[in-house]
Amino acid sequence: MNSRAIRAVIRKDLSAVLRSKAVLIPLILVPLFLLVVVPAITVFAGGAASSASTTGASSDIAQLLSMVPEGLRTILNGYQGDQIWVVFATVYMFAPLFLVLPMMVSSVIAADSFVGERERKTLEALLHTPLTNWELLLAKTLSAWLAALAVSLVGFVLYTVVVNLIGWPTMGRVFFPNLMWMVLMFWVAPAAAGLGLGTTVLISSRVNTFQEAYQTSGLIVIPIVALVIAQSVGVMYFSVELTLLLGLGIWAIDVLLFWVGARTFKRDALITRL
Amino acid sequence: MNDNQVIITHNLTRRFGDNAAVDGLSIRIEQGEVFGFLGHNGAGKTTTIRLLNGVLTPSDGYARVLGFDPVADGPSLRRRTGVLTENPSLDERLTARENLHIYADLYGVPVAAVNERVEHLLEMFEISDRADDKTGGYSKGMKQRLALARALIHEPQLIYLDEPTSGLDPLAARQVRELITHLSRQEGRTVFLCTHNLVEAQRLCDRVAVLEHGRLLALGTPVELGQRLVHHQRVEIEVGPADRSRAAEVLNAFPNLAEMALEGDVVSVSGISRERIPDLIAALVGAGVRMYRVTAQEPTLEDVYFALHPDREEAE
Repeated sequence: MNSRAIRAVIRKDLSAVLRSKAVLIPLILVPLFLLVVVPAITVFAGGAASSASTTGASSDIAQLLSMVPEGLRTILNGYQGDQIWVVFATVYMFAPLFLVLPMMVSSVIAADSFVGERERKTLEALLHTPLTNWELLLAKTLSAWLAALAVSLVGFVLYTVVVNLIGWPTMGRVFFPNLMWMVLMFWVAPAAAGLGLGTTVLISSRVNTFQEAYQTSGLIVIPIVALVIAQSVGVMYFSVELTLLLGLGIWAIDVLLFWVGARTFKRDALITRL
Repeated sequence: MNDNQVIITHNLTRRFGDNAAVDGLSIRIEQGEVFGFLGHNGAGKTTTIRLLNGVLTPSDGYARVLGFDPVADGPSLRRRTGVLTENPSLDERLTARENLHIYADLYGVPVAAVNERVEHLLEMFEISDRADDKTGGYSKGMKQRLALARALIHEPQLIYLDEPTSGLDPLAARQVRELITHLSRQEGRTVFLCTHNLVEAQRLCDRVAVLEHGRLLALGTPVELGQRLVHHQRVEIEVGPADRSRAAEVLNAFPNLAEMALEGDVVSVSGISRERIPDLIAALVGAGVRMYRVTAQEPTLEDVYFALHPDREEAE
């Protein structure tokens, strides 16, 4: 394995990405919106709604508790008044949304790396280097995957700070992250990054521009939306066990996607499309 | 196999659907040669480079390059070859220095030598002043020079150059031609030069192959090809002032000359075959014309090219 060459491709891809506004802007704006703006609005809006409610906060909370699955109800019952809303919103409601981050980052970078490289006509020189097909695929997937992990970790730290800050008046202590979020960050998020990446690699052989690849791979957030809805209507909730299982399922899909991707990632096919 | 032969192909063929981009190519290229690969756009030059460097797999036939099978030993082979692609293929969001450092790592240049080699190439190709600028802002000529520097970063034994002087100003083009000569003559490297610049090929190449629609039309040194394929030459004869009109009369009477022109004391004729030149001289001597110089112009590659493509000459 030519690790020096693999590191060189990763360095090249990431250096280039950091200088591309088309790639960098979504990488900055989406985490800020998803992990700062939306949680803040949700927590404050929830608090304001319960204060203004004519029937009082307790009936809203009771309604919320009646909707959630039994396991989550038991957890939330350990909290009081507005704390229940803060914990429900920041810990559980946003858990699936957090997964959008690794998926989106890996998709954007993979779209730039696989399709963008072809679009910019920089791929041919790379194909004439001593890298094997496998090393080239590995280098390009690693650059997108590592970047997705880094952005997710930064997002996770940012979210931890924001959530504890906006929750402080209600909670009076640091309450985030819990064990489920640690599993989400270190087990599911890397898998979700792989899912975004694998999908984009597969799409890359069928589209011609970065924009096309990015937009098409955006469809993978549909399962995330399904998770958000499922949790909102009380079908399931992000327990530690379910989160572990979810991660396992996504990793399995990743392996399948990577296997298919590796079979289709051939120099001959890549250069023929130039 | 001759140890000096760095490229051997036999019936090398690559089809895309029904179209053969390279069709039954059989050539042998020796170490240190500057080998010209001539043909118009779409003749199969770039596809041949891709096949020889193990980037494309052949549909039929085989190649051995530097002793390697490009299909089975692609990575080992590509470590020893450098390619200037038709498009500079630079990452324009990176600087020249970054581009060279990355390719030094990709080609496994010894870590201790990377800085020195990068700086040397930046200096040699006169990019040092803008080495830390993003290459997106470079002129076409600068991009081409940087791409050439990148192709040489690992000091390859065999260098494929696809239209290396395309887009360069005359001075830069001359520097590239001098570099090609240096790489071949001084350093013993083999240069596979794809071009449709016939004057450039004439100046640089030891041997040339002419390709059309993927098929090899002719192969040899420029002189050999000229003698073999160009049957009509141009001859200049310098005569004394008193003999000008007599020389013109003799030449006008000489059968099957395409053209005759008189300029000062020099009479030039064209369209004469090599075999008939002695007869022409004999006729002039017989008529008492005193001659000071008779020069038969060697056919150029341009003559060869148009001899192979008479339809194109008519179009010109």
